[in-house]
Amino acid sequence: MTRIIDRRFDSKKKSAVNRQRFMRRFKQQIRRAVNDAIQDRSIRDLDNGEQITIPSKDLSEPQFQHGRGGIWEQVFSGNDQFASGDLINRPPSGGGGGRGQGKASNEGEGEDDFVFHLSREEFLDIFFDDLALPNLVRTQLARISDYKTQRAGFTSDGSPMNINIVRSMRGALGRRLALGSPFSARLRELQKELDRVIEESGEDCEEALNLKDEIGRLRAKIEAIPFIDSFDLRYNNRIRVPKPTTQAVMFCVMDVSGSMDEEKKATAKRFFMLLYLFLTRTYEQIEVVFIRHHTVAKEVDEDEFFHSRESGGTVVSSALKLMHEVIAERYAHGTWNIYGAQASDGDNWDNDSPICRELLGSQILPWCQYFAYIEITPGEPQNLWREYEKLSGEHKNFALQRIEEPADIYPVFRELFKKNFV
Amino acid sequence: MKRATSKKVKQLPATSEWTFEAIDAYHTEIARVAANFDLDTYPAQIELITSEQMMDAYASVGMPVNYHHWSFGKHFLSTEKSYRRGQMGLAYEIVINSNPCIAYLMEENTLTMQALVIAHAAYGHNSFFKGNYLFRTWTNADAIIDYLVFARNYIAQCEERYGEEEVELLLDSCHALMNLGVDRYKRPPKLSLAKEKLRQAERTEYLQSQVNELWRTLPAHDAKPGKIAAPRFPPEPEENLLYFVEKHAPLLEPWQREVVRIVRKIAQYFFPQRQTQVMNEGWACFWHYTLINKLYDEGLLADSFMLEFLQSHTNVVYQPSYNDRWYSGINPYALGFAMWQDIKRICDDPTEEDRAWFPDIAGSDWRETFDFAMKNFKDESFVAQYLSPKIMRDFRMFAILDDEHEAKLKVSAIHDETGYRRVREILSDQYNLGSREPNIQVWNVDLRGDRSLTLRHQQYRKRPLGGNIDEVMKHMARLWGFTVRLESQHEDGTVELVQETRLEKRRGQAEN
Repeated sequence: MTRIIDRRFDSKKKSAVNRQRFMRRFKQQIRRAVNDAIQDRSIRDLDNGEQITIPSKDLSEPQFQHGRGGIWEQVFSGNDQFASGDLINRPPSGGGGGRGQGKASNEGEGEDDFVFHLSREEFLDIFFDDLALPNLVRTQLARISDYKTQRAGFTSDGSPMNINIVRSMRGALGRRLALGSPFSARLRELQKELDRVIEESGEDCEEALNLKDEIGRLRAKIEAIPFIDSFDLRYNNRIRVPKPTTQAVMFCVMDVSGSMDEEKKATAKRFFMLLYLFLTRTYEQIEVVFIRHHTVAKEVDEDEFFHSRESGGTVVSSALKLMHEVIAERYAHGTWNIYGAQASDGDNWDNDSPICRELLGSQILPWCQYFAYIEITPGEPQNLWREYEKLSGEHKNFALQRIEEPADIYPVFRELFKKNFV
Repeated sequence: MKRATSKKVKQLPATSEWTFEAIDAYHTEIARVAANFDLDTYPAQIELITSEQMMDAYASVGMPVNYHHWSFGKHFLSTEKSYRRGQMGLAYEIVINSNPCIAYLMEENTLTMQALVIAHAAYGHNSFFKGNYLFRTWTNADAIIDYLVFARNYIAQCEERYGEEEVELLLDSCHALMNLGVDRYKRPPKLSLAKEKLRQAERTEYLQSQVNELWRTLPAHDAKPGKIAAPRFPPEPEENLLYFVEKHAPLLEPWQREVVRIVRKIAQYFFPQRQTQVMNEGWACFWHYTLINKLYDEGLLADSFMLEFLQSHTNVVYQPSYNDRWYSGINPYALGFAMWQDIKRICDDPTEEDRAWFPDIAGSDWRETFDFAMKNFKDESFVAQYLSPKIMRDFRMFAILDDEHEAKLKVSAIHDETGYRRVREILSDQYNLGSREPNIQVWNVDLRGDRSLTLRHQQYRKRPLGGNIDEVMKHMARLWGFTVRLESQHEDGTVELVQETRLEKRRGQAEN
């Protein structure tokens, strides 16, 4: 009657549905956690999952319970000092050693946060949700990369059109030799024996006839070894390898003057992240150059770019000049695809804006694949915007957008995605 | 008897990697020894699963099939987390009270652990499920898997038809009241898939018509106003809240009643497990210990096997002291195992004390005594009946009285001559679900008025209600569809209104 059943290969991921439901249910909390995570991440780091922490009181399942208070009488183990009638001071609240299980667990649970790991896909999904990306773009961005097939040796199974004849025949030959070798050895011996017998006693003696018989049987056996067997077949193997194209450089230009607060910077960061993500899907190697500016521009590393603050006025052209210098110096030799992304709150020194337009239109845009500008401001468009607006008609590779929240970012890239994907 | 004395004894494999052949060999031997001890079990079905599948089963309350709900996803995530961190050191075993009895072995376990789990789950728990009166009355081993399949399909259908959100909200509410969705004292009818399906359509229709009758707004015949006091409804307080909702909530759709019923049935199925933890785990530990030792005595097991076995065994039945970092109450495995061992000792080799305390069983046949105890008790009564002074001394038990009106805690009894009975009484009460969980019943429905429902909580030893009362009451109000009140009755008889949750809009309007 006993049965042992191997179920290890049944229904994997059975709880996937429950996991999805859990995620949907706590979307708000998870989204908040993802937003926090984005603040701490490098913009290059989008291919990892994320550890998500949710306060466990948010996801408790309520039930009626006994509360604290009233009379409790409980049995404990390991008495080492007490006698009946002893009075003991109450342990300090918050669970001193050895409160009974009922109470300790009631208060203990509330304090731990619920931590779990979000996969890369789930993380990106929430990130994209935030940016309100259309579905088509989502799938294309989330895909690891394009593939091409290339040869990779031989395999023992495949479709008939991929049979490699030379390899298969070589294998068959080897197999025939190997399987036939005991017979061949015996055959050579018999042949020698036969020669000797014929020499000694002539062609027709009984021994010679027997030997000939046996030789005949051996030959038949050798011939019976199949000429080619399914076992011999070899197929050309082709594997899919990721196919990145070439290299690109991405310029992140951001205004860090006093008026850019943390919130605006966070929005700008998403804008840079999205562009970076897009570029990783198209280019093998991407360099990122961070340029920050107030009245003077400076090339910095990512950490400084997002996290240090300065105050003072704003001269945007300084950054564009620096960008132009960097391009001329390092990326001018034609093998680089150049992308620019500029984020600002639109404040600029009045006389500077026409200079910016001039600089961008004549010196930078001709080099660039694409240049996107976002103005993060809830108010009226500023002078820089008005100047830039004039450019957008003339240049196809220039996009600009006024942004109040992350969901407005995507339209900046719409042209970019259209050009490359559709 | 089929003793292997005539043949030369061949040792069972002692590698740490398991193979199907090895598991089969161990299983055969364990089954043989168990049969020699007259263990009455369902046929065992042993299934090998991966750790992921094991966590999955842990998450969906230990059942191989269940309906979908986010809370199971949450449990899965937290189980997974503690598994990854290596916090769950125990032998993973899940055994399902079904016929045949399904025991899961996890592929990561060593051969020794597999043998231990087979003895523990497939013979220990299995025989307990088959014998204990609570399981015999409350659960139907032949039908449970079928019922869960029915439940999952039914709920999936509801999700398709009425939307996942809607079903989820309903399930949330039911889960919040799950512990109050059991009959504690009534005996249940048996469930079976065939009957269930047949009767379901009939039942929903009938139920709806009954409810409609109850809530009819047009008076059937003009009652003379003010002549008689409104009749109480329900005539007797009802302890099973979900049952009451299923039968009498005025605004639920038929499918919603069926979902409430499903949750209630599953809660009921697990009710015996919650009441017999000490007995059940102790019983299973006793039998894995006894069966494996028997095999060792016969010379079938290698010493290396025994060392690993004993190491896990002692880990499982370890009882930390109250001032130990790891202390989290009395370990049911430890207490249960010690008690069963002790009962055997009292039968085989009673002392004077045992004869005074247990005149009935001292010196009796231990197998008969065991069967009687296993079949007819639950934790509460088992402790009250069989906890011997020796165990109390071994565990060095003491009882602490914590009265919030006193400045200090008081040691009310310890393991000495004057304290034995008191300690035993308190420990027994600790396992009484009736006092462990608050006692809340449906007290009254205002039939003629605003249809509001009143729940009444009977205080036990002045303990107030805790937990998230507000949330639970919202769930109750969602199910009932009208205002719900919660009253608390103190021990001196005074009644206090704890919470009133209003839900005046009808369901349909409330959600649009």
